Amino acid sequence: MRARRAGTVIMVTAALLLGWQALILLTGLPPFLLPGPGAVLAALIGHHQVLAAAALRTLAEILAGFALGASLGAALAVGMAVWPRLAAGLRPVLLISQVVPIFALAPILTLWLGYGMAPKIAVTALICFFPVASAFHDGLMRCPAACLDLARSMGASARREMWHIRVPMALPMLGSGLKLAAIYAPIGAVIGEWVGGSEGLGAVMIHANGRMRIDLSFAALALVTLMALAFHGAISWLVGRVFARFG
Amino acid sequence: MNAPAAQGTIGLSGQVRIGERPLFPPLRLTLPRGTWTALLGDSGVGKSTLLRLLAGLPIGGRFAGRIDNPLPVALMAQDPGLLPWLDVRQNAALGSRLRGTRADAARLDDILIRTGLQDHAHKRPAQLSGGQRQRVALARTLMEDRPLVLLDEPFSALDMRLRLAMQDLAAELLCGRTVLMVTHDPAEAARLSDRIAVLTAGGLTLTEAPRSPAPRAPDDPRVLACQGALMARLMAQDSA
Repeated sequence: MRARRAGTVIMVTAALLLGWQALILLTGLPPFLLPGPGAVLAALIGHHQVLAAAALRTLAEILAGFALGASLGAALAVGMAVWPRLAAGLRPVLLISQVVPIFALAPILTLWLGYGMAPKIAVTALICFFPVASAFHDGLMRCPAACLDLARSMGASARREMWHIRVPMALPMLGSGLKLAAIYAPIGAVIGEWVGGSEGLGAVMIHANGRMRIDLSFAALALVTLMALAFHGAISWLVGRVFARFG
Repeated sequence: MNAPAAQGTIGLSGQVRIGERPLFPPLRLTLPRGTWTALLGDSGVGKSTLLRLLAGLPIGGRFAGRIDNPLPVALMAQDPGLLPWLDVRQNAALGSRLRGTRADAARLDDILIRTGLQDHAHKRPAQLSGGQRQRVALARTLMEDRPLVLLDEPFSALDMRLRLAMQDLAAELLCGRTVLMVTHDPAEAARLSDRIAVLTAGGLTLTEAPRSPAPRAPDDPRVLACQGALMARLMAQDSA
């Protein structure tokens, strides 16, 4: 079953690559507008040192931003569950933080935090924060009434009720939030790199575009995509392993 | 303070309103110590609300009246409320965990044996059948060792054979405690209780239960007669 699914994925990918190559052969598009798969592979190999260094940098930003955003999001979700008034006050602020286009915020963060890794981590954390806070808070508030009644009749303190019942009960929802945040995290890092600085795969793409090196830009894009898929896969696997018994 | 309250009578009197609409007319429910009282009535008539008031749990309305409950309670409901990440043993000892105290291991072992769970002690709720889960809930209720036990439709999600078996087990293990059992099943009330309070929109009325010791056989003529009388009363209310 699994092998068959993997086979299907490989076949579809191969068909798309062939279609891509066929499009170039049929339309005669020049390589500086649309490079073929071969040219992208050549760029990947030819610039592997630059790309590897950039990929490591981007990965570090993704990991740090995700860890920061997810921790802050989870902590805030618990805080909001403990103090409903904090939740009432913060909910509109959280929503505003999400509707403000991150593209517009990134340059401001660069202005404040400089051209190093900090603004990239901040953008990534900002983008990861909301799905985690929102999903975990929903989970904490949707604890089954039967369990809360029990806890009260057993004389549990609010702290113990939170720690022994509501938090573990909400872990599967936290898992969903983390998986969603894992999809957004690479987007945040790349946006941060586009806006300022000269390192990371986002910066490689911007520079390659400026020099009409679309093959290198595609190579960086392919790496970002692979990294995003791998990161999401890793987080999903971890969430599945760690949180399965709470489901 | 009147005399019965001083002796620690358990009960409540008053009225619950949801918005401006009364949920039931002013009523008085008393639970003599050491007896099993069934609170019978249709869904939505306010049975569980009365139980929640005695348990000190929040209700979806406003209560005006007085609650006399000097006793700590143990609660068992239709939803066994087991925590999926704890095994049977840990679920049964949940009270200690939530109060930050150590559970009495010997008593826990004994209760698991009496509820027939000794071979399932390290299973998680997902690995148990519906009846086994309800037995864990019963074991947890016994671990609480409270003088007043509040049962809120604890067996209504079980099929008939399991329900009868669980009723027998509960009657045996809760013997001697003060029990209030909310149910919509006249047969359950007739089998298990010493006193039966019927709650309808018109108010609360007390009905005699068969005098023989519980649990009574489901086909005992006195149980069947009692069940018939209870059904007639519920149906009469329905057509009124």
